[in-house]
Amino acid sequence: MSGTHPGLSNNFIHSGEKFEWSKDNAKSIKKIISKYPSERKQSAVMPLLYLAQEQNNNWISIECIETVAETLEMPKIRVTEVVSFYSMYNTQPVGKNLVQVCRTSPCWLRGSNKVTDTICKQAKCGINETSEDNLFTVVEVECLGACSNGPVVQINNDFFEDLDEESTKKIIDNIKNNIPNTIGSQKGRKSSENA
Amino acid sequence: MSEDQNINIKINQKEIQVDKNLTVMQACEIAGEEIPRFCYHDKLSIAGNCRMCLVEIEKAPKLVSSCTMPLMDGMSIITNSKKVEAGRKGVMEFLLINHPLDCPICDQGGECDLQDQAMYYGFDKSRFKENKRAVDNKNMGPLVNTIMTRCIHCTRCVRFATEVAGVSELGMLGRGENAEITTYLEQSITSELSGNVIDLCPVGALTSKPYQFKARPWELKRTDSIDIFDSVGSNIRIDSRAQEILRVTPRANEYINEEWITDKVRFNYDGYYQQRIDSPYIKKNNKLEPTSWADVLKTLKLKLERSNPLALIGDQVDLETGYSIKKFMLSYGKNNVECRTDDQAILSNLDSYRFNTPISEIEEADLIILIGTNTKLEAPIINHKIFKAYNNGAEVFNMGEDISLNYPTHYIGSQLEDLNSNKLTKALKQSKNPLVIVGPAYLNNIKSSDTLESLFSFAQKNKIIDDKKNNLNFLNSHASRVGQLLLGNTSKNNCQPFSSINYQEYDLVMSFSSEVISKNCFKDTYKVYFGHHGDEGAMCADIVLPTPLYTEKNGIFVNIEGRPQEAKKCHNPIGLAKEEWTILKELSNQLSLSFEIESFEDLRSKLSQEFPDLMKFQQIIEFSENSNFDKPYNFENCSISYPIENFYMSDVISKNSITMAKCVEEILPKPLLEKTA
Amino acid sequence: MLSQKDKVFQNLHGFEDAFLEGALKRGSWSNTKEILSKSQNDIIELVKSSQLRGRGGAGFSTGLKWSFMPKDTGKQHYLVVNADESEPGTCKDREIIRNDPHTLIEGCLIASYAIQATKCYIYIRGEYHYEYVQLEKAIQEAYDKNLIGKNACGSGFDFDLYVHRGAGAYICGEETALLESLEGKKGQPRLKPPFPAGVGLYGMPTTINNVESIAVVPTILRRGQDWFKSIGKENNTGTKIFCISGNVNNPCTVEEEMGIPLQELIEKHAGGVEGGWGNLKAIIPGGSSTPMLPKKVCETVLMNFDDLRAYGSGLGTAGVIVVNEKNDIAEVIERFAHFYKHESCGQCTPCREGTGWMFRMMQKLVRGEISPEQIELLENVTKQIEGHTICALGDAAAWPIQGLIKNFKPELIQKYNKKLKAS
Ligand SMILES: Cc1cc2nc3c(=O)[nH]c(=O)nc-3n(C[C@H](O)[C@H](O)[C@H](O)COP(=O)(O)O)c2cc1C
Ligand code: SF4
Ligand code: FES
Repeated sequence: MSGTHPGLSNNFIHSGEKFEWSKDNAKSIKKIISKYPSERKQSAVMPLLYLAQEQNNNWISIECIETVAETLEMPKIRVTEVVSFYSMYNTQPVGKNLVQVCRTSPCWLRGSNKVTDTICKQAKCGINETSEDNLFTVVEVECLGACSNGPVVQINNDFFEDLDEESTKKIIDNIKNNIPNTIGSQKGRKSSENA
Repeated sequence: MSEDQNINIKINQKEIQVDKNLTVMQACEIAGEEIPRFCYHDKLSIAGNCRMCLVEIEKAPKLVSSCTMPLMDGMSIITNSKKVEAGRKGVMEFLLINHPLDCPICDQGGECDLQDQAMYYGFDKSRFKENKRAVDNKNMGPLVNTIMTRCIHCTRCVRFATEVAGVSELGMLGRGENAEITTYLEQSITSELSGNVIDLCPVGALTSKPYQFKARPWELKRTDSIDIFDSVGSNIRIDSRAQEILRVTPRANEYINEEWITDKVRFNYDGYYQQRIDSPYIKKNNKLEPTSWADVLKTLKLKLERSNPLALIGDQVDLETGYSIKKFMLSYGKNNVECRTDDQAILSNLDSYRFNTPISEIEEADLIILIGTNTKLEAPIINHKIFKAYNNGAEVFNMGEDISLNYPTHYIGSQLEDLNSNKLTKALKQSKNPLVIVGPAYLNNIKSSDTLESLFSFAQKNKIIDDKKNNLNFLNSHASRVGQLLLGNTSKNNCQPFSSINYQEYDLVMSFSSEVISKNCFKDTYKVYFGHHGDEGAMCADIVLPTPLYTEKNGIFVNIEGRPQEAKKCHNPIGLAKEEWTILKELSNQLSLSFEIESFEDLRSKLSQEFPDLMKFQQIIEFSENSNFDKPYNFENCSISYPIENFYMSDVISKNSITMAKCVEEILPKPLLEKTA
Repeated sequence: MLSQKDKVFQNLHGFEDAFLEGALKRGSWSNTKEILSKSQNDIIELVKSSQLRGRGGAGFSTGLKWSFMPKDTGKQHYLVVNADESEPGTCKDREIIRNDPHTLIEGCLIASYAIQATKCYIYIRGEYHYEYVQLEKAIQEAYDKNLIGKNACGSGFDFDLYVHRGAGAYICGEETALLESLEGKKGQPRLKPPFPAGVGLYGMPTTINNVESIAVVPTILRRGQDWFKSIGKENNTGTKIFCISGNVNNPCTVEEEMGIPLQELIEKHAGGVEGGWGNLKAIIPGGSSTPMLPKKVCETVLMNFDDLRAYGSGLGTAGVIVVNEKNDIAEVIERFAHFYKHESCGQCTPCREGTGWMFRMMQKLVRGEISPEQIELLENVTKQIEGHTICALGDAAAWPIQGLIKNFKPELIQKYNKKLKAS
């Protein structure tokens, strides 16, 4: 594993800025914690990390970790363990669009390599890198759980499916040009029906 | 173990009966079958992650990890089959593929579990042709050295920190082959017990920083001794080479320290050799100048011939010394001996100055009241037991200052009257096994024995003391105290023995390693200092007599529970130091007093005649008479002050240790640093 | 071929309304109160006799699992639904959740009732953001209409349902790792015993089931266990969602009869193998963890638990991955080896150390750089992991490689010889 993967890294960095919950998030937190037994606040660590990540430009700084730890009265090392264990918590800043290409066999069998190449070329950045315009960070990830629609790419929260070089190029170009993309299958499927 | 607890099982076809609550591994041990293990440790929770302890269970399709497996009636366990051996060999190979082959330069070499097991289960030749993984070393502070490439991820260290030390500061970050052990942001471990991870780490990933590259285990002489840096009496082993101590490690004692010792006794030994008094000194023109024994004894004899002396006993003085002081003073015709130089208040009974609950039973309490004690600093091992009780569900209440310990406490106030607070009264009503620890912050400031009696009354009312138990405990941090009190080296029944001394009465004070003689009240008294370190006591003295450190003679210490134990000599005294009793004998001869003690053996045998209990090592002293006060309480208002603020600098030896100085700098929070600097 | 009316998931592909209105039309929630008027034991017995086997991979009888839950403990019991769906080749739960969520929600209510759990958590993989949003919306609908919540469906049973998002860790699909994750820790599998039915979430009695296992329950109880049993064969009953991916003309997800012949499944639903059946190299029948089947076996094998097991593989998650001759079968497995190395939690030795070693040897194998002896070593290493780990991820990592070597050893050796000659 290269150490520059924004998700799985054991190195944490300071953002240099204080991290305090936004008003809205402070409200959400109460609701989230209430989903778990009152003496089991720690259960809320994953949802709170998501909130922190969202509020902090899609990455988790040491300041985020410490705020989450304080909110949940957890030892900091325990929060850190959680952040480092799950690939979806970015431990370093990422571009505006985190582009995650599935590299696992089902997608690979349908040409995920070409999709990766196309993305790197269009986004002008290598794998595990962020483009100069900070528009993209490109990473390869393991199976995204949409195998009947491979190759699949996840950009921030959205899945793009049934990709080929052409449709991939279009998606990246659209992002660059601020044109909204159609989410899901790029071959016009509703979901994973036989078509 | 009752009969119905037992079940029948087979181990390698041999039938045995064992307690059904054991694990497969424990049963195998009883049957004499050695099971290899790395992650399992009987003081830690079970992790089952190393997979080295695999055994076969008849009819089970897979091998099972014996450390995690509960027993079942009729179970047939096989530990010696081909399948078992192949399984363990496989695990061993996996452990070794990424482990460096640097045993020759590893401090763990010769005492490494991995090295030992590799002899049995290793392959002759590595079949692993890939690059070995390299892991960055982590900072864990001034005590623990890390070479993380050697780590086998057994998580003993993480479990120790969390479960025993009570500091959740270590963790395993990342996952898969990138998993790494570290402290949070590589900060120093802040526990007083952190050094124990060194013993726990089965490989050389965590080793002692001060001991680094100092010696190989087979070159060392091992001596059994006792921790004299607090009153708990943890059992230690001292490893030395010639006149130098190279390492201090724990000896297991289930009744006291289990397998743990504090960082102070483990690491302050470099302070043993700093600032040592190597010869007798005499003050001339306000300057201490070295002199000969003959000279110094002659001067002292002349002084003693026409003075009214007072003897003060320091905090780390062994029983034999205390006994010979007593003998000497008696033969001199005086009984002016005082060991309570901190004004610890006591009543006449032993139960008013010792820890009445056996240390190993603290964890059974369901409610603990700390009265003026910071157990974390004064007795970390006892603090660990409180932490255990807390983990078993006990609530902890704190009186005194609102100090922070490594478990949550309810703060109830600073005046002893606050013992009557509603919250506490309620909790006490519900408690089945409440326990109280009264510490020095109050004890050293109590002015009236009424107050102590009130504590007993309070304890009796609240079932802290009843027919079967006495859970009213008194704590101080001095290794010598209980023993000296048992010898009677104090003015009994006096709550402020030191403050109430009439200094005018005495024109000479003999201090046995007690620094209090530097106080202003002794300004005009002739001061004789027996000691090993050039501390304030020595600096202010008129005569200084060099005596050996506890590691340089045999000595008995009675721990806070009232348990006598022996610290053995591991090397000869430094310089011209002489044991105290020999000096006193010499003086007696010169003064023609009848000191009666001829030899060390004689000293011990007289001690044993007079105080037979004190020579029964490891047995808690029994006593017949309990303090019994069942009357309305009357608590005085008294000031509080905690004697130890800086754990790493609580005595002259630690103050002279460079390692301890590093701890102060790297571990203590900065405000405290400024305060104590 | 399974008839449309026998499909449990009438909206698997989302052509109709996924939410309450659509769900009611499809028959969800129609007589839930009546179902909940049965005794807990009756429900468990009905599910047991339907012979429903868990859809999450291991195929354990769902009814039997429920019967392991202690009764009337006075403790909080939990149902935890496993929607972590991370086994490569698998994307079925996703369709249930986003297109027919009420089947799952109703299933959660009924299953929870049966095991006396008043609280249920659905653990959904973090990447499924859209599905999470859909599910939350459907749950809100169910709360709003009092289908769940206090006195759910007027049954007198109080029931709360929560969704918890994972954050990218395959291991959290393993049931005890999932519980750890839910408790706010790293997803490291727990030691068993104790089993979750005794000591599960927060130390309380807990049952963990796959999304599909739970979502079919309402229909089973509605249409009867005999209907369910009439589909498939003894002990391999009911309908099953298959996910077909890889080298087929029309990869898809489809609900079919349990035990449909593999070849039929591929030809009827996935448009056949790319380049024709003759171009088939091998099929991985049940997600990445199941050993591959060579072409010959693919021609006859039935897609159910027992038949696939008889061929040394398994139904697993029914994620069918098809590989044709155009692709290097070794690289397919090498990529899986990378996956397992990447996803090992790092807790226990054989998996932490072994997955990395296997992956590196697989890399060389793909390049034709390992000798026949080393292929044997590789196989040996897989055996050293298998059965020696805390959880089944170790086995899952070992089996695909064993399957590769078992079926294609001569070809792998040939690869080496070719490379040797070239250099
Ligand atoms: C490494 C590993 C990953 C797993 N991933 C999943 C998963 O993503 N979804 C799932 O339902 N079961 C998964 N399982 C199986 C679960 O442990 C468990 O058996 C299952 O959720 C039980 O549900 P069922 O009885 O309904 O099949 C996984 C098991 C292992 C060992
Ligand atoms: S550092 Fe030592 S004790 Fe800690 S996990 Fe590694 S091998 Fe075990
Ligand atoms: S000693 Fe049993 S698994 Fe480590």
